[in-house]
Amino acid sequence: MVSADAAREKSNRNESELKIMSPGQLVIKRFLKNKLAIAGLIIMTLVVLFCFVGPFFSPYGEYEIFYIDTGTGEEISMYDTEGLKKPGVGVNVKAPMSSAHLLGTDADGRDVFTRLMYGGQISLQFSVAVTIIELIIGVTLGAFAGYFGGKTDMLIMRFVEIFYCIPFLPMMLIVSAFMMAFGIMPEDKIYYLMLIMGVFNWAGVARMVRGQMLTIRETEYMYAAKAAGLSVPRQIFRHMLPNAIPTIIVMATMDLGSFILTESTLSYLGVGLAFPYASLGNMVNAVNKSVIMRNYLNIWLPPGLLILAIVMAFNFIGDGLRDAFDPKGRR
Amino acid sequence: MKQYIIRRIFTSIIVLFGVSFLIYAMLRMMPGDFVEQITSGNPTITAEQKERLRELYGLNSSIPEGYISWIKDALCGDFGTSFTYKKPVIDVIKSRVGVSFALSATAFVIQLAIAIPLGILAARRQYKKTDYIIMFFALAGISLPSFFFAAVLQRTFAMELGWLPLSGMVSARENYTGFRLFLDMAYHFIMPITVFVITGVGSWLRYVRTNMLEVLNADYVRTARAKGLSEGKVVGKHAFRNTLIPIVTFIGGSIPGLFSGAIITEGIFSIDGLGMTALQAVNNKDLPFLMTYLMFLAVLTLLGTLISDILYAVVDPRVRYQ
Repeated sequence: MVSADAAREKSNRNESELKIMSPGQLVIKRFLKNKLAIAGLIIMTLVVLFCFVGPFFSPYGEYEIFYIDTGTGEEISMYDTEGLKKPGVGVNVKAPMSSAHLLGTDADGRDVFTRLMYGGQISLQFSVAVTIIELIIGVTLGAFAGYFGGKTDMLIMRFVEIFYCIPFLPMMLIVSAFMMAFGIMPEDKIYYLMLIMGVFNWAGVARMVRGQMLTIRETEYMYAAKAAGLSVPRQIFRHMLPNAIPTIIVMATMDLGSFILTESTLSYLGVGLAFPYASLGNMVNAVNKSVIMRNYLNIWLPPGLLILAIVMAFNFIGDGLRDAFDPKGRR
Repeated sequence: MKQYIIRRIFTSIIVLFGVSFLIYAMLRMMPGDFVEQITSGNPTITAEQKERLRELYGLNSSIPEGYISWIKDALCGDFGTSFTYKKPVIDVIKSRVGVSFALSATAFVIQLAIAIPLGILAARRQYKKTDYIIMFFALAGISLPSFFFAAVLQRTFAMELGWLPLSGMVSARENYTGFRLFLDMAYHFIMPITVFVITGVGSWLRYVRTNMLEVLNADYVRTARAKGLSEGKVVGKHAFRNTLIPIVTFIGGSIPGLFSGAIITEGIFSIDGLGMTALQAVNNKDLPFLMTYLMFLAVLTLLGTLISDILYAVVDPRVRYQ
C-alpha cells in the first residue's frame, strides 16, 4: 500500500510539474512574480476601497459645512438650522486635525478627510472616462489606418500628426476660456472636459495601434482570414485587434495614471474640474494661497499624496503588465 | 535617405498648415478679445473707438481672412507685434527662450547622468532588490504632480529651512554682475531644476532599463559570456554599445523640446521664461504672441520626431529608409 501511495504521489508531482500553461496563465504568473506590480495592485485596492466604500462610514457629507460657536467652542453642522441662529456662530474654517475631523477642515469649513474620499472618486471616474474616449477614437482610427493602408492611412496619419503637434496645456487654457464664455454649468463642465481631453489625446493610441496592425496584417492567419472571405470589420475586430490587446492594455493603464496627473495640473491652473466637484486636483489647488501652504499642511498635503499613490499604482501595474506580456522576458 | 528627409519635411509642412489653421481659429474664437481687456477699465470709451482699436490690432477681419493675412506675413518672416510687449513677437520669444533652455538643458544633462548608469544597473539586477528600489523611485518621480512637488520643496527649503529662495531669478536689490550674477541665478535655479530632474528622470530610467534588458537577452551577449569574457566587458562593450542605438535616437529627438519652456514650473517659481510668458499671454489675450508660440511648439515637436527618425538610420546602418 505504501509503495502505491508513493507512486501516486510521484505521478501527481510529475503532472503538476509538466502542467502545460496557456499564454494567459504565463502572463499572470510573470505578473504575480513582480513585487512592484503586486504593490501597485494592493495600493489600488486600498484606494478604491477608501474612495468608494469609505463614504458609507463617514459621518459627514461632501458639501457639509461646519460652523463653530465662538463662545462655547461647540461645533454645529450646516444642517442644524436651529443651532446656526445662535449669536457668535461662524464658519469653522481651517480647523486643526482632531478626532472629529481627522484631517481638519478646509478654507470653506468642510471636512478634508471626507472630501478626500469624494475627490478620489471623481478623479478616478474622470480618468477612466477619458481613457475610454481616447481608446474608442484611437483604436478605431489606428486600426483603419493600419488595415487599409494607402490613402486612408496617409489621411489618418496626417490627422494624428496634427493632433500630436497641438500643445496640450496652452490649448486647454484657451478651451476653458470658451467654456466660461458659453456659460457652461460647472456641473456639466466635467463631461466637456472628458470629451476634450479624450479628443486631444487619441493620437498616441492611434499611432501605436496602427504600428501593431501593420505587423499583424502580414501574418499568415490574416492571409487565411482574407482568403476565407471574412468581412472587413470581422477581420479587424475579431482577428487583428485581439492580438494588439496587450499593448493597448499597457498603454491604457499608464494613461489612467497620467490623466489623473493632467487633471490635477489643469485644476492647479484653475481650468480643471471645479466646484461642486471635489477633485483631488482642486483640493491641492489650495496651496496657491501662501498662508495655506505655510500653515495648513493638513489641507493640501493629503490630496497631493493620494494623487501620488494612485498614479504610482497605475504605473507599477502598467510596468508589470508590460514586462509580463513581453514573450522575450527572462521569466 | 535624402529623398526620405525631403519627403518628411514636405509632409511636415502640410501638417503645420493644418495645425496653424486650427490654432488660429481657436485663438480668434476665444471670447473677450484684447480690446475688451484694455478698455474694460475705461467707462467713457464708445463702441466706435473700440471698433477703431480692433481695426488697428487686426481683430476685425473674419477668421479665414485673418488667417490668410497671418500666413502671408508669417511666410515672409513677419510674425506680428505682441499686444502686451509692443515688440515684434520674434524678439519677445528670443529674449525669453535662453532662460527656458538653460533650465531644461541643465536638468536634461543631470537626468541623463542619473538615468544611464542606474538604468543599466537595474537591468543587470532585474527583479532583485536593487532593481526594485531604483524602479520604485523612478516611477514615484513620474507620478509626482510637478506643482505639488514644487510646493513641497518651497514649503520645506524656502519657508521652513530658509536655505533657498522661494521664487524669482535673481536676488532683489543686489545688482550683481558677471560671475556673481551667474552664481545668484544658479542659486535660484536649484529648486526648479530639482523639479525637472525628479519628475523627468523616471521615464529615461525606464527607457534605458527596458532597452538594456532587451540587449542582455540577445544571443551575442550569451556568446560573449560563453567565451568567458569578464562581466564588465560583456556589459560595457557588447551590451551597452548596442543600447546606445535607441538611447541616442531618443536623446536627439528630445533636444528640440528643451526650447519649449515649462508653463507650470516657470509659473510657480516666477522664472521669466517662455512658459510663464505664455501663461500671461493667455490671460492678456495676446494673440500674436500665442499664435507664434504655439506654432513654435508645433515645429519643435515635428523637428523632434524627424531628428529621432534620421538619427535612427545614422546610428544603426542596418536601417534603410526608402
